[in-house]
Amino acid sequence: MFSFESLVDLPLIWYGLIATAIFLYILLDGFDLGVGILFPFAPTDRCRDRMMNSIAPFWDGNETWLILGGGGLLAAFPLAYAVIMPALYIPVIIMLLGLIFRGVAFEFRFKATGKSRRIWDDAFHFGSLVAAFMQGVIIGAIVQGIEVEGRTYAGGAFGWLNAYSVMTGVAVVFGYALLGGTWLVMKTDSETQVWARKSASYVIGYVAIFLAIVSISMPIMNPEIRMRWFSVPNFFFLLPIPTASLIMLIIIWRDLHKGREYRPFLLSFGVFLTGYIGIAISMWPYIVPFEITFRQAAAAPESQSLLLVGTAIMLPLILLYVGYCYYLFRGKASHESAY
Amino acid sequence: MFENLDPTLLARIQFAFTISFHILFPAFTIGLASWLAVIEWRWLRTGNQIYADVYRMWVKIFAVTFGMGVVSGVVMAFQFGTNWSRFADAGGNVLGPLLGYEVLTAFFLEASFLGVMLFGWNRVSPKMHFASTVIVAAGTLISAFWILSANSWMQTPQGFRVGQDGLLYPTSWLEIIFNPSFPFRFAHMVTAAYLTTAFTVAGIGAYYLWRQIHVQHARVMFGMAMIMAIFVAPMQGVFGDLHGLNTLEHQPAKVAAMEGLWETQRGAPLVLFGWPDQEAEKTKYALEIPGLSSLILTHDLDGEVKGLKEWPADERPPVALVFWAFRLMVGIGVLMIATGVIAIVLYLRKRLFDTRWFQYWCMALTPAGFIAVLAGWFVTEVGRQPWIVQGLLRTSDATSPVIGASVAISLTAFVIVYGFVFGAGSYYILKLIGKGPVGEPEAYGDHGVEKPPIVTELTGEKGGLHV
Repeated sequence: MFSFESLVDLPLIWYGLIATAIFLYILLDGFDLGVGILFPFAPTDRCRDRMMNSIAPFWDGNETWLILGGGGLLAAFPLAYAVIMPALYIPVIIMLLGLIFRGVAFEFRFKATGKSRRIWDDAFHFGSLVAAFMQGVIIGAIVQGIEVEGRTYAGGAFGWLNAYSVMTGVAVVFGYALLGGTWLVMKTDSETQVWARKSASYVIGYVAIFLAIVSISMPIMNPEIRMRWFSVPNFFFLLPIPTASLIMLIIIWRDLHKGREYRPFLLSFGVFLTGYIGIAISMWPYIVPFEITFRQAAAAPESQSLLLVGTAIMLPLILLYVGYCYYLFRGKASHESAY
Repeated sequence: MFENLDPTLLARIQFAFTISFHILFPAFTIGLASWLAVIEWRWLRTGNQIYADVYRMWVKIFAVTFGMGVVSGVVMAFQFGTNWSRFADAGGNVLGPLLGYEVLTAFFLEASFLGVMLFGWNRVSPKMHFASTVIVAAGTLISAFWILSANSWMQTPQGFRVGQDGLLYPTSWLEIIFNPSFPFRFAHMVTAAYLTTAFTVAGIGAYYLWRQIHVQHARVMFGMAMIMAIFVAPMQGVFGDLHGLNTLEHQPAKVAAMEGLWETQRGAPLVLFGWPDQEAEKTKYALEIPGLSSLILTHDLDGEVKGLKEWPADERPPVALVFWAFRLMVGIGVLMIATGVIAIVLYLRKRLFDTRWFQYWCMALTPAGFIAVLAGWFVTEVGRQPWIVQGLLRTSDATSPVIGASVAISLTAFVIVYGFVFGAGSYYILKLIGKGPVGEPEAYGDHGVEKPPIVTELTGEKGGLHV
């Protein structure tokens, strides 16, 4: 049995890897869920065809990051997986059902004709909306902390549901809509792009407001988080994070009005990154806030070592061919389906 | 109203439902991906348009099926945690890495190159397109490798130790991955997937031949499917037999349930049909062939076969379900082998493609593979009960601390949603079959994604018909 336990800090590496996988999921599925959220608001059916086409080759790969996040959590931190999933039973199941509807809509929509097409338009929109909202609820529930006794979840079936988690649910819907809108600015032109610009500049205001609410509320709710952010010298080290966020939001807003096509999307990634890092700093070192640290939840070193070998080999390869696919399908999406 | 619901039973029903639904899609796409690779290879080699048409018809069906497989598969990645968290906690050290490897080595590969396969026609060279098909096909097999390894470990666990905290810790990865039942289960399942695809393709080819439409294409489909029936169906008989002997060695209680045998005896009879009664501890109305069970299982007419009474009542699987599912699976296997034999005879008489009754026969067997796969999984999974990990962890000790009501409601939701989605998917697949291999002029494959900006005029939304 090999183990890298004595060579490297396995739990820390895995904490970083899982955090990265979940973040990549949020970014990548975020923009295609965002396209689904904006879907019914597009001016014409032709725009909707283009929107769908712009993400059709990618959505499946994007969703795979979710499986990696889930599977990786089971492999690297089984205790966290075993506590969080039952705690968030209802939102996780609803999210999965939403993902089912939107996932099959890609194939079914192009095969449906007439009225039945409406069904899949709705399935795509509401599936995306529900999945995004539930992901926000899940994040909101986790940052508020999860009740644990021994090695199991000790709260009730609705422990996740409160005004705060509903607020974070709405926040994520707007956040994904920003990603989706800026993606469409990049991947479409003429009528669709004009509309996408307007939508993105509309939602960006809400994104800013929700980011502010979350940034202010988390230190208020939890003294430990307050100490971490507002003690000297931490405050000055951490100040660049919200500042960067604010600056990027302003640049995106200006870019959207000035006609830039690529930068708004890339900077939306940046906004998500700062938000994500902010939450990660607040939660550190917990993986099940505020009960179980990532070290306590770590799988056996042998298990983490085995998967680390595979990850070290496979992850660069995956990034390479995923990148190849994005390169292959570069350029503007058209409305033609013929599928 | 939910106070009296047993969360374990509900969780089992939910898992059985979601996994049964899910396995239908991989069972089909594993075979279909490999077949598409062969078809595309034939096309590249011969330049025969027939192969291109066949490929393009079936790749659409593949896309619909694969899409449903993906969305039902994402659910499975979470079911371990939502419904079986104590199992995830106890077994995570061993099973987690296997599932992690499945994602890393298979899922990304399939998802990424499926995009190229479907939408890459005008963007990559024919060779690169063929390579994508092969990569997707390889991805389905790699995925099967890891998930069947994980499942087999639950049937025949080894290479671990039980820690003082009651959790399982790995001691040898090679022993875990290549556990005793894995090679047999892998061969049996992959072959089953190939046969499932072959009989579906055969049924649809037979339908076209019967209607006398798309005859050229139908001959390719039907002919290739018959090659599978002739050579692979008997092979599956051998794999099945070997798998059964392996199960006898490691999980004899399961085999006793499959055979409906209660008493340990020499010269045990083969119970053809009967009604296993769990309470009365005997198989009623049994129609038996003396000594045959011993002959099959021990290759000796007088060999000893263990009966279910060897185990205490709370360590026996639900016998009737295992007994009947096994007969269903074997029955379909026999029909498949018979199909191959008939195909040889008809081929030698040069009547393979125009024998009406055989076309009906093959149309009737279109869903045969799916039924056999489900029946087989019911045998192996129900036959493992009451254990979730054979001999180590009971299913009833593995559930999540979730109330029955939550499980009942989510189960209902899954049944409704899957029914709706599966119904719609089947409807669209039937439509594709109705449309046949020669559709409108080729615009598919592009999926409306324009060529890179360099080559494309930016036509915008002006002009063109809305499709």
